[in-house]
Amino acid sequence: MCTLAHVFEAAGLTTVVLASMREVAERMAPPRALYCEFPLGRPLGRPDDVALQRDVLGRALALLDASETVLDTYPLVIESDETPLACAIPPRFDATLPAAVDEAQGLRAAYERSLEARSVTAVGRAIGADQVTDALGVLHQWAQGASWKENPLPGKITVAVCHDIRTYYTEAALQLATGPAPGARSVEAWFYEQTEAGKTMQAAREAIRDQGAPFPFWFYMAPGHR
Amino acid sequence: MRAYSAQQPVPQFDSPAFTPLGKPLPEARVAIVTSAALHRPDQDRFAPADTSFRALDRADRDLVLGHWSPNFDHSGFQLDLNVVYPIDRLEELVAEGVIGDVAPRHFAFAGNQPETVSEVRLDTGPACAAELLADGVDVVVLTPV
Repeated sequence: MCTLAHVFEAAGLTTVVLASMREVAERMAPPRALYCEFPLGRPLGRPDDVALQRDVLGRALALLDASETVLDTYPLVIESDETPLACAIPPRFDATLPAAVDEAQGLRAAYERSLEARSVTAVGRAIGADQVTDALGVLHQWAQGASWKENPLPGKITVAVCHDIRTYYTEAALQLATGPAPGARSVEAWFYEQTEAGKTMQAAREAIRDQGAPFPFWFYMAPGHR
Repeated sequence: MRAYSAQQPVPQFDSPAFTPLGKPLPEARVAIVTSAALHRPDQDRFAPADTSFRALDRADRDLVLGHWSPNFDHSGFQLDLNVVYPIDRLEELVAEGVIGDVAPRHFAFAGNQPETVSEVRLDTGPACAAELLADGVDVVVLTPV
């Protein structure tokens, strides 16, 4: 972002950056930046909080009056909420299936409601919703010790497939959960700590790491801190 | 992530340009450029370390966040795209006369770039600036994820 600010200013545009990394903004010194200590992924603060978003934008635009390089700090800090989202997981339906596969099938109706409500989905980087259960079946085999090379994953690219599975769950969960918009990392915590898919994904990640899979194949299957 | 990024090398700009806004804000046309790798479902997805950008029309709301990092929250965007891409907030500011106009097109890059960022600096960044200028844009609000 700071790079683009410099490029755009050189071209004759006036810019203001909503900076999420203070040290980066300090070192790169874009002409005008408002540092906001908000959870990463939420540069305007909170979803559905119009007043806060308006205030952040207003403070950023006020920096256009500055006559020299300016780095301001937004006065509010928002911490990530790592409490798992309160979202019921479907009860076991077909005991012959791996738990994660059974669970993903049970969430399909909620995923479809999300698609209908939002008319867009971020699932599809490597696999579609129809392949989520097959992919989880293979991740389950990896977690059980099967060779990742001899048991190929639908969609092939581990990082993209894991993104699609996590997104399928996230979109379903946001339909099922009630109450105010969840804080950042709340849905992440629900997925990795409470769902069978999240647990299977992490177990598969550790299993292929131990089988010697290349670092980028397994590491980016989940957030770095997990 | 903040602690990690604080230690990462960043490109240095020796004599940075500073372009003052040459007109009152209520007469200025404002665009958003984001590094959230946003795209419409009918546009090409972003590849890892993709240096290209996508143009988003002013009316587009059904957008996909295509950033490759698993390390930041996507749920906020799924609930309300304005938390990343404050397009509805800009429309409100026009209606209230705070800004002059919303640009007809906005632009999205992918934030996960090689550390020299040389292609964005020398190629796709200037190309995007030319598109913004062609649309009569005065002010660019840059939003990360």
